[in-house]
Amino acid sequence: MAAKTLTIDGRQVSAEEGATILQAAEEAGAKIPTLCHLDGIYDVGACRLCLVEVAGVPKLLPACTTKVAEGMDVRTDSERIRSYRRINFELLLAERNHICAVCVANGHCELQTLAYSLGVDHVRYDYRFPRWEVDTTHSLFGMDHNRCVLCSRCVRVCWHIEGAGTKNVAGRGAQSRIITDLNMPWKHADSCTSCGKCVQACPTGALFHKGSTVGEMERDRSKLEFIVTAREKGQWIAPD
Amino acid sequence: MTLNDLHLIQARELAGKKKIILRCCMAAGCMSSGSANVKQRLEQAVAEAGLGQEVEVRGVGCLKLCCEGPLVQADPQEVLYIKVTPENAPTIVATLRGEPADLPQTDLNAPFFKRQLSVVLANSGVIDPERIEDYIAAEGYQALHEVLTEATPTEVVETMVRSGLRGRGGAGFSTGIKWGTVAKTPGSRKYVICNADEGDPGAFMDRSVLESDPHSVLEGMAIAAYAVGADQGFIYVRAEYPLAISRLQIAIKQAKQLGVLGSGIFESPFNFSIDIRIGAGAFVCGEETALMASVEGKRGTPRPRPPFPAESGLWGCPTLINNVETLANVPPIYRKGAAWFAGIGTEKSKGTKVFALAGRVKNTGLIEVPMGTTVRTIVEEMGGGATGGGHIKAVQTGGPSGGCIPLPHLDTPVDYESLGRLGSIMGSGGMIVMDDTTHMVDVARFFMEFCMDESCGKCVPCRTGTVQMHHLLCKIMARKATPRDLEKLQELCDMVKHTSLCGLGQTAPNPTLSTLRFFRHEYEALLQPDTFGPHRTADHASLPAAETTLLHLRQTYRARAVEATTRAAAETTTTPTTAK
Repeated sequence: MAAKTLTIDGRQVSAEEGATILQAAEEAGAKIPTLCHLDGIYDVGACRLCLVEVAGVPKLLPACTTKVAEGMDVRTDSERIRSYRRINFELLLAERNHICAVCVANGHCELQTLAYSLGVDHVRYDYRFPRWEVDTTHSLFGMDHNRCVLCSRCVRVCWHIEGAGTKNVAGRGAQSRIITDLNMPWKHADSCTSCGKCVQACPTGALFHKGSTVGEMERDRSKLEFIVTAREKGQWIAPD
Repeated sequence: MTLNDLHLIQARELAGKKKIILRCCMAAGCMSSGSANVKQRLEQAVAEAGLGQEVEVRGVGCLKLCCEGPLVQADPQEVLYIKVTPENAPTIVATLRGEPADLPQTDLNAPFFKRQLSVVLANSGVIDPERIEDYIAAEGYQALHEVLTEATPTEVVETMVRSGLRGRGGAGFSTGIKWGTVAKTPGSRKYVICNADEGDPGAFMDRSVLESDPHSVLEGMAIAAYAVGADQGFIYVRAEYPLAISRLQIAIKQAKQLGVLGSGIFESPFNFSIDIRIGAGAFVCGEETALMASVEGKRGTPRPRPPFPAESGLWGCPTLINNVETLANVPPIYRKGAAWFAGIGTEKSKGTKVFALAGRVKNTGLIEVPMGTTVRTIVEEMGGGATGGGHIKAVQTGGPSGGCIPLPHLDTPVDYESLGRLGSIMGSGGMIVMDDTTHMVDVARFFMEFCMDESCGKCVPCRTGTVQMHHLLCKIMARKATPRDLEKLQELCDMVKHTSLCGLGQTAPNPTLSTLRFFRHEYEALLQPDTFGPHRTADHASLPAAETTLLHLRQTYRARAVEATTRAAAETTTTPTTAK
């Protein structure tokens, strides 16, 4: 396979033919922010965070789906791109209810990490505060549409890695949502193998293991009574 | 089927032609105002008057002046009756015997008709779209025969390049080059798709072509298929066009029966069949990659290009996608020659363009004019100016992807480049006239709402950006916005335009940008002063308190970070010195 030489942010880089700009940049150590990209599944170019400038091309190109070419001159971090990325990210944060403090993924969230790295400390657009539901019908996993960024990573792992085809996107525009089977509660989605790949693929707290949410932190008051009264009642002493 | 058979059918049709023909419009516009009843009563009246031998009542396609329907045209008298009711039928038949009648009719010498040049619509309103014999009598399928028997696919592509035809779907890419690319791409299976998913509000050109002359599209597709080496075609038509679908079904069936579609067409080794795929109402499915996903039975969402459909289209095969009007232009080009076609229009935009003239203009309907005709000619001369004594304020072209042409620019010629320079686009051919009662911010809001509802939801800028832009436009309309909101709106327009995945998002800000360019004062008149004093962009003092605090924090942290790095650097440089 022939190698291609290109320039990324002024540095000469060589990449395998057929590689994407994103792969070439990563090899060269240039960090391009991504959200809908996940190693191992095919790319869809949907989040538009990885858009880069290529000299001679009037349009911005997604690094994840654009193949490298000989002599390509790529800029991954111009003033214009930074500004677009920031707006993009603010729009994403204003779209649904991303409240880190009460999120299962707090501290382990790609959206949060990206916000830090892009310097998004406030959002200039009005929050939409939509009312989305949480599907906790499945015995192991939950789906919180409020945290979903519609990156479709769960859909792609479900179809192309697990081969189950449970997850899908329904609706249009801002009403788009991830559904299971024919838009039925997750527990009734017969095609689901409960493999949990979607939960692993999710960049935010939209898909989570049950029991890990703030709302599920239930107190067992009977334990308290036991601790206080066990000595009196002699319950700590094992019977012979 | 041979050329001889075609000539036989043509001769039989011409010989059997009756002396007088009453052409009754059976396109969707007139049908909705009851032209089916009119036609039935006309037939009855002709039979009652005993004129069955001399008079033919023919259901035809669009007679163009849609606002005055139902329309009936009498030939050879050359009288066009307007707003015909079933009760008028006996009177119309009586006039054929020379009896005078006082029925509303319109002047066929009016600019609305005289300024038109029919290439695509040549058969519209003339032939019965449900009879292939009518189309053959109008020299139909002769171009296909000539192409199949006398030209190589390469020559067919060359002719198309020479004609200068550009895609009528909106973008205006050279049709010949597109054909050539698909033809040259290797592949054992190739496809031709006709994009009939016309979705712009106020546009009905493609529907009219399909309802009035479906065979011209089939013939165009067959010629295109021969040129690129495809043997299967699909017509992707929206479900909202039931009449067009039924006429296409009839046309395909008749063409198969006569052997001008199917296997071994005109006794050549060329096979081509066409199937219909019906869209379920998503505007985005007019975008070619979303359309192909929909034909494949998947969710209709676009994907990044490249690869272009010519390289990897339907099921990964090289695919040619052309719009209805583009394909309807094909048979006339091969019948009359590329030079004839290239002689019409302007230097860079050849041929004619069909427009659906609508809005606040006297004559609404279907028009076909040579490229280069000015917008003023179309709306003032042909359209007859604004209705109700109003004044034309702007003309909108290109629907939700286009822009406005304001009054001072009405002399702009209609061609791809001139409209592009004004920030509008040719689009598929919707032309909406607005008068001084129209509020331009409301127009922008309407189109933004349309794009917001029709966004597929795949890419972030289009899905969330249209929502925020629509919100800001509503805020402006409600007189609750400040100059800062207007700035935000402009910033969003720029961002969505340059970062969206497909044409829908990339063009969604166009109506807003265009109205901002020409009618900015209408926006500004609705703005409220900024709550935090006069608006100064470069001055941080005018930022709201929270933003100032954040800015201050950021500056502090940045200063500290710089301090820390310099200190660290100083330490590393000093350490070796102390060690010595």
